[in-house]
Amino acid sequence: MTLNRRTFLGTTAALAGTLAAPAVLGQSRPRAVVIGGGAGGATAARYIANDSDGAIDVTLIEPARHYYTCFFSNLYIGGFRSIESIGHSYGTLASDYGINVVHDWALAIDRDAKTVALSGGGSVPYDRLVVSPGIDFKEGAVPGWSLATQNAMPHAYKAGSQTELLRAQIAAMPEGGTFAMVAPPNPYRCPPGPYERVSMVAHYLNEHNPTARILIVDPKETFSKQALFQDGWSRHYPGMIERIGPDFGGDRVEVRPDTMEVVIDGQAESVDVCNVIPAQQAGGILHQAGLVENDWATVVPATMTSVMDENIHVLGDSTRQGAMPKSGFSANSQAKVAAMAVRHALTDSRMFPARFSNTCWSLIDTDDGIKVGATYEAGEDRIEAVDTFISQVGESAETRAETYRESLGWYDSITADMFG
Amino acid sequence: MTRALVAITFAVLAGAPAALAQEGDPERGAILFRQCNSCHVAEPDGPARTGPNLYGVIGRTAGTLEDTRYSPAMREAGENGLVWTQESLDGFLQDPRGYMPGSRMSFRGMRDLQDRMDVIAFLTGDAPMVHSAGIERISADILAMEGDVEYGRYLSSECVACHSEPGDDEGIPAITGIEQEAFILAMHDYRDGHREHQVMTTVTQRLTNEEIASLAAYFAEPAE
Repeated sequence: MTLNRRTFLGTTAALAGTLAAPAVLGQSRPRAVVIGGGAGGATAARYIANDSDGAIDVTLIEPARHYYTCFFSNLYIGGFRSIESIGHSYGTLASDYGINVVHDWALAIDRDAKTVALSGGGSVPYDRLVVSPGIDFKEGAVPGWSLATQNAMPHAYKAGSQTELLRAQIAAMPEGGTFAMVAPPNPYRCPPGPYERVSMVAHYLNEHNPTARILIVDPKETFSKQALFQDGWSRHYPGMIERIGPDFGGDRVEVRPDTMEVVIDGQAESVDVCNVIPAQQAGGILHQAGLVENDWATVVPATMTSVMDENIHVLGDSTRQGAMPKSGFSANSQAKVAAMAVRHALTDSRMFPARFSNTCWSLIDTDDGIKVGATYEAGEDRIEAVDTFISQVGESAETRAETYRESLGWYDSITADMFG
Repeated sequence: MTRALVAITFAVLAGAPAALAQEGDPERGAILFRQCNSCHVAEPDGPARTGPNLYGVIGRTAGTLEDTRYSPAMREAGENGLVWTQESLDGFLQDPRGYMPGSRMSFRGMRDLQDRMDVIAFLTGDAPMVHSAGIERISADILAMEGDVEYGRYLSSECVACHSEPGDDEGIPAITGIEQEAFILAMHDYRDGHREHQVMTTVTQRLTNEEIASLAAYFAEPAE
């Protein structure tokens, strides 16, 4: 049976919502299933579908109908972006790329039967599976905090309603109030993310509540782009930001959401807003599938397959892969290697040496952008850095403004690369 | 008198004028044209350098471009009716000073007929334009390298994370539809330190000449 693109699209549309659809069509075409429609999963689905020209039946399982990117969500907090401008839907992946987008939760992976069970009932069979679920928080990582208290003390580290909530709380702070952040230990999603967030909160407060203060409670000795952020904070927000590192109890913190207190090394302090970013681990479905050791799913660098299951590729923040930071850019880059490996496995297309890259832009204040990045290649057991670069303290205002403009161009390009 | 002689010579060597257009290789001509680049561009609305912009030179009356410095001899030839055709250009290229005494063009001439045919084919057709500034840094071997389009497509996935394909170029330039040679020059220039940009310098460090050729070949493919 030969399916041309039009009949494939038509059939998929006609059977939308019928979970057996991939199985029916898959009789003549190999099936790739992708769990997670974020930076890694959306990119993988799009590249597999586009580059295989319809030879592979692609299903994308993602519960949310709108995806809000974590990258640039701090710019929303700072007032540089609207929430709509960081939201994306899956319509183009379905209509232009023929991807069967299933809005449901992937509950469990049956690795022997090679099926994915969905919370709405039924299951989806696969020949190759790509899992890109992002991060989950470790329970009990910050004593006193749990998902049940995330509205009193938002994490805002999965973008969307949590981000909107955090911004609303910052806007409602009393004059001269305190914003506290409990920063996460390594490794975590987006290494500069908490410190860009502090910059954006400071920018907002500087405009609306200039006597307010910011307190960072940090279990880490050092952090990403530290010299650049600290230089920027002293130039733009002198005296506003205080950071308590592990020397002074930053690693011995507890929170009390009921009374809005942060307890640092036994000393309770009242705060007005508390952004708790807990320690992180691989997405739950990878734990269920038995693909996680010590919090993360280890992968083979050349193909991004799990070291425990050669039919399953794992992408992005959930992986333990070596030198790449956990970032949307990294997930997008890894997805292209995985998509190539999936096509090679299912249609015998050509395989090239894996190469990866990443750049993280951060905004400190209006037109003061910085960046850090690197190129990577697949080593034997881990991804290795090839060359790296980072912005410098003391760069001209023009360079910083250009770096910020670059980040705007990058956002448009990479989201088009993910969502079509 | 001289012109008549050239025409006869041409006819003997190359046969009918039509053969010139048929047999010249514009791509090879584009590569050969780099030796002209220090004095000439061949770009739509391109500037005059020491010599005139040669875009659209075929069919043009000699010495008539505005804002261009010509020798009195060249202007006079135009006033006397010299129009650049494939034949007349062939004669001029073979021996500039002999063809036009008083020409300021300090070029010894192209002796090889095939070379002249290729350059003329390049200047005649819709051959890729040469973004000339610095193209002489790139050897003919590298410019002539044949890329692996499929490999280029894979490699390009790194580019499109930042450069829209197609797209606007806010903050980061679009690279869709870029001229192959301009692309090759840019990659080599970033890699070899003639141009600087933190991201591009890093990204190009690991690109081999073959990989740059593959990327150029992929980006030169018509969009799907």
